[in-house]
Amino acid sequence: MAAGAASGGSAKSDTYAEARTWLLLPAWAVLGIFILTPVLMMLVYSFLTKEFRGGVIWEFSFAAYDQFFCSRGLFGDEPCAIEWTYINIFWRSIWQAGAATLLSLVIGFPTAYFIATRPEHVRPIWVFLITIPYWVNLLIRTVSMKFMLRDQGPLNDFLISTGLIDSPIHIVNTNFAVQLGLFYSYLPFMVLPIYASVERYNFNLSEAAADLYANKMTTLRRILLPAVKPGVIAGCILVFVPSLGSFLAPDLLGGAKNFMIGSLIEEQFKGNAGNWPFGAAASMILLTMVLIILLIFARQQAKTEKGAG
Amino acid sequence: MKTLLKTTATAMALALAANAASAEGKLVIYHWFEYIPQELLDKFSEEHGVEVVMDTYDSNEALLASLKAGAIGTYDVAVPGDYMVQIMANQGLLDTIAEGELANKANIAEEWADPSFDPGRQHSIPYQWGSTSFSVNRDVYDGEINTTDILFDPPEELSGKINMLDSQGEVLAMASLHMGIPQCSTDRDQLKALNAMLQDAKGHWASFNSDTAKEVLVSGDAAVGQIYDGFGAKAREEGANLEYAFPQQGYVVWMDNVVLLKDAPNRDNALKFMDFLLKPENIAAVSNYARYGAGVTGVADHLDPALATLPESNPPADAGTGVFIEVCDQETQAVYDTIWTNLKK
Repeated sequence: MAAGAASGGSAKSDTYAEARTWLLLPAWAVLGIFILTPVLMMLVYSFLTKEFRGGVIWEFSFAAYDQFFCSRGLFGDEPCAIEWTYINIFWRSIWQAGAATLLSLVIGFPTAYFIATRPEHVRPIWVFLITIPYWVNLLIRTVSMKFMLRDQGPLNDFLISTGLIDSPIHIVNTNFAVQLGLFYSYLPFMVLPIYASVERYNFNLSEAAADLYANKMTTLRRILLPAVKPGVIAGCILVFVPSLGSFLAPDLLGGAKNFMIGSLIEEQFKGNAGNWPFGAAASMILLTMVLIILLIFARQQAKTEKGAG
Repeated sequence: MKTLLKTTATAMALALAANAASAEGKLVIYHWFEYIPQELLDKFSEEHGVEVVMDTYDSNEALLASLKAGAIGTYDVAVPGDYMVQIMANQGLLDTIAEGELANKANIAEEWADPSFDPGRQHSIPYQWGSTSFSVNRDVYDGEINTTDILFDPPEELSGKINMLDSQGEVLAMASLHMGIPQCSTDRDQLKALNAMLQDAKGHWASFNSDTAKEVLVSGDAAVGQIYDGFGAKAREEGANLEYAFPQQGYVVWMDNVVLLKDAPNRDNALKFMDFLLKPENIAAVSNYARYGAGVTGVADHLDPALATLPESNPPADAGTGVFIEVCDQETQAVYDTIWTNLKK
């Protein structure tokens, strides 16, 4: 069958037909060891019995998922009611990540457009400038952000000196600070894919639209946006997904007063609770949610491409 | 997911480190961050011709999690706090020090020779001890501070300016002292009241943070901060107008201990290191650096004179009693875990 396929295929694929299986082996090994195995481990652990103070007992149990969805009161002996605690934590995280994504899009899109419309030889310099802050460790950038936003920090000092405000605005330890932190952490992930799309965009199309009496808003909405949509979607996913599981920004900028998904999971492994199956279950639920979101995006994109083709 | 991946990666890295560590003349220490002066490690290296390798952790629970995730057998010694020594011993993570294996065991101060968390010092030697209470910025508030009300029912000037440690054990132990109930209570009314009290108190708190507990006090971001006495002293020495409180209701006392880990790859060197730390001049170097107390006799001559009068380690006569964090059984602990989750949900 391999020979038949090879004779029917193009000359290029002939070269590797025989060797394909073992040439792909490294790729499969990497996927298997670094992606599949950890996820499978997580899946298995989420169905095991928790060992007191960390670890698992190898007995099948639904307890972790029960804890997630069932509220049994302070003493764990009431009948099952809907547990809102974790749903709220997930909802809060989604909301925060969503706000950060929107903020990134609003700032990132014009930035990407700006860079893509510069003369070709200066574009790499702008892209380079965007990435410079990201050579510094995320922890350090988040802490610096906190110093910027503090009550006695430069931002408040500046606003007070201009006379816009009389007393400092409390930004640190609020949800807004978390969104700002996430936005700052992941902004290049929004700018770069959009930039790549806008750069490929044929600006003659915009001119043609203008010739046909489309105003600037209509051109943006009907011509440019549909053309760069894949880049926008990629950017949104790349900002949203890591924001969802992040715990640095919520802990440092948000004051850690409320769990986010990331810190809730961290607490199960590094905190007092030591509930590994529950941590694994919460991770699986997060993974499933992200997967569903990605599938929706993928279907959307497939539809668009079909429509365009 | 991130954490699990991280744990897996750590476990793999540690497995690799383990192979390297089994070579002769090594000592692998698992230690708290920012705690032991490098010069002291160098001194041990020189005296015994042993190469010292050190990894650090940031909480007792992180130490336990890492060892249970496969790091046991990698390290020779670790430095768990009092209650964690008991937990680790219960979980079979500690090796027993036989009679006569430590030449300097007699140097252990009498009051620390037979502690409740390790009767007879079978697995551990004292390292440093101190208290966990809170510091108050005296520029912001000049009233009475030796009461747990400052944390849980604060005066108006301090409300919204309080940083708590992001640590279940320390927060819940302090809350129990505030309410005058046992730390591992099984009384339902007491537990419900504790849960309700914390929900109210949370409204007064600005943040939970352990890693920067000192920095928020120094910078003035927080006017009250739950803190370890040595960190409190350092914060004050860095220029903030802080006073460390010894509440009448009581405060948390802790002792970190050097333990001999099970399957230590360099057991002999671990014992040498323990003997080394039982010499007054050596353990005094740790105290001088970390600003905590040592549990060894004869240490006084080697201490920085400022330590003897350090307000953070010299409670006033009318202070409450210092208590250790207690180890609850599984069923009771589950309720406290729920109370903690409720507090942070």
